[in-house]
Amino acid sequence: MVINIKELPKEKYLLPGNAACPGCPESLGLKYLGMALGDKVILVVPAGCTSVIQGLAPGAGFKFPTLNVPFASSDSVASGLAAAKEILGEDAVVVAWAGDGGTADIGFATLSGAAERNDNIIHICVDNEAYMNTGIQRSSLTPYGAWTTTTWTGKRERKKDLALIMLAHRVPYVATASIAYPTDFIEKVRKAASIKGFKFIHLHAPCPVGWRFDPGKTVTVAKLAVETGMWILYEAVDGKVTISPFSRPYLDKSKRKPIREYLKLQDRFRNIRDEDIKKLEQMVDEAWETLLKFA
Amino acid sequence: MVVKPLTGNYAAAWAAKLARVKVVAAFPITPQTTIVEKLAQFIESGEMDARMIRVESEHSALAAVYGAASGGVRAFTATASHGLMYMHEMLWWVAGARIPMVMAVAMRTMGPPWNIWTDHSDIMGQRDTGWLIMLAEHNQEVLDETIKMFKITEDERVYLPGIVGLDAFILSHTTEPVDLPDQEVVDTFLPGRKQPYSFRPGDPLIMGNIPRSLKENMKMREDIHRSQEAAKEVIGEVDKEWGELTGRSYGGLVECYRCSDAKHFIVGAGAWVGDMREAVDRLRAEHGFKAGLVKVRYVRPFPREEMVKWLANAKSVIVFDRSVSPGSAGPLFLDTVTHLTISGVRAPVKNVLAGLTGLDVTYGDIMDAFIASVSEVEEMGTFTKTIEWFYGR
Repeated sequence: MVINIKELPKEKYLLPGNAACPGCPESLGLKYLGMALGDKVILVVPAGCTSVIQGLAPGAGFKFPTLNVPFASSDSVASGLAAAKEILGEDAVVVAWAGDGGTADIGFATLSGAAERNDNIIHICVDNEAYMNTGIQRSSLTPYGAWTTTTWTGKRERKKDLALIMLAHRVPYVATASIAYPTDFIEKVRKAASIKGFKFIHLHAPCPVGWRFDPGKTVTVAKLAVETGMWILYEAVDGKVTISPFSRPYLDKSKRKPIREYLKLQDRFRNIRDEDIKKLEQMVDEAWETLLKFA
Repeated sequence: MVVKPLTGNYAAAWAAKLARVKVVAAFPITPQTTIVEKLAQFIESGEMDARMIRVESEHSALAAVYGAASGGVRAFTATASHGLMYMHEMLWWVAGARIPMVMAVAMRTMGPPWNIWTDHSDIMGQRDTGWLIMLAEHNQEVLDETIKMFKITEDERVYLPGIVGLDAFILSHTTEPVDLPDQEVVDTFLPGRKQPYSFRPGDPLIMGNIPRSLKENMKMREDIHRSQEAAKEVIGEVDKEWGELTGRSYGGLVECYRCSDAKHFIVGAGAWVGDMREAVDRLRAEHGFKAGLVKVRYVRPFPREEMVKWLANAKSVIVFDRSVSPGSAGPLFLDTVTHLTISGVRAPVKNVLAGLTGLDVTYGDIMDAFIASVSEVEEMGTFTKTIEWFYGR
């Protein structure tokens, strides 16, 4: 299935007047989600940036039916909602749309529970690599060495490999994606929607506010994450990993750009030391090596 | 109609089945567990046409049934004690979203230490969430009130979720004969699901985004309060309707036992009301006291009008609480005193804190507490000690 961007529906689901920051990667993701699935989507959104992006009630800059829910509940609410839609025979795709905190940290138990039960929902983790909505605090998905407002001298722990953990749940579909590659993301969302059971998509979403870069460079930074090999695009159907076309060139390590090019655009890495960059490079190599064992 | 020997837990499970619940989600906790075990059995055997979502925590249990109910189907869960406290955040969300659903709570004390016996700390800790809260006296009432609670919560004047409380073990695991209504009777009484809104694909409805106006937001809180007040009438109507169909009516929010000529009143809620009845009978027969009993069925909405009606001319009122707000007093006492006082009732009111952490309370204990307190009032016109920790004989 190849996505032709010109043939995507023009209907907008993220509307003017929404409250996203300039250069917001989540709003890009939401636009692509609308292009991918249109009217079939019902969103379940735990606390996070997307709670704010919707805009102020009683208005909304959102055309998705949206159920806002407490942090640690999104996948369970989505499971119940999906069950109701099946019982009532309505053709809906229930999507839990959560940040890194709502997915990998406070929301992790509900995520793992829904995955283990193989409930018929899609969980999309919009990963901006810190708790941005509360003011840039570190999460388990913040990368090693990054400044946040709770790691002033740089995070000392590595980024949790969330997609691999979801793969270990042996759910029918796991994928990574990036807001810089909309066709790849849309294709994955559509594929996920066509599969019954639990689907997980980890969407890399560089945040200009939290990562300290020019809001005009969101897509550039996101692309560099892929081109340096720091973010690997892949999908796994029934546990079998396939590297996605946009990441395939970087199977060859020599094709990867130096990670410094990615780091230097972001002020969160402004004070990173050379030895920490070496460690990050090592982590990139390890991530590829581990992932390819499942290919 | 058939009479079956049922535990309180099985009565709750039968009620959910008869109410044609479509989604059940729960996490096991003693002493609630057999409610959902029974429902799982009903569902797996095909006797009940519903989905069971076997969640990984109580927080997720309430989240899942909330999702299902928001999607437009009748949903049910059950929990107790720490499980209810773990759900606490979600209780606010369900009530605030105005989504009707029903939960059974097998009332159990809180730790530490680990303790599985009854008191009302768990359920009383939910008074501010916006849920309707009732406490049953016996297993028949568990069954009847669980079915009725669906009707009450799905009434457009209410549109709030509701809890039916049953005391740990005293009801949850004790078998009593329970009159099971026929499915047709329940179907007549409880037609299809009603709720204020539901989420459907292609219908861009948003629940819970940030409000522009905090005045509007505050009005939403007031609206919950108003609906609680409106629920008083609905509870009365539904009780009457159920009474006409089954012959069992409980008198709405409050039942007053031997009240017509009573001077000294016991106030209580939950299973020990059965012991209070026995105590009142014996206090009258053996000691000549004009004793009466106010059984508080609903603690939310609090039955202000009925309490005032029954207690307006009381010589004394003893409120038995099976939980306490440390640093203040028992919750039933606090509500009783508040609503009597603001309504101009000036009877002396005493709080007896008894049976906390599951310490057994017999009708004899209730008589002892009553005789000591009432003798004091008769001698001195008032209570010397208004809050008493009572450990029994």
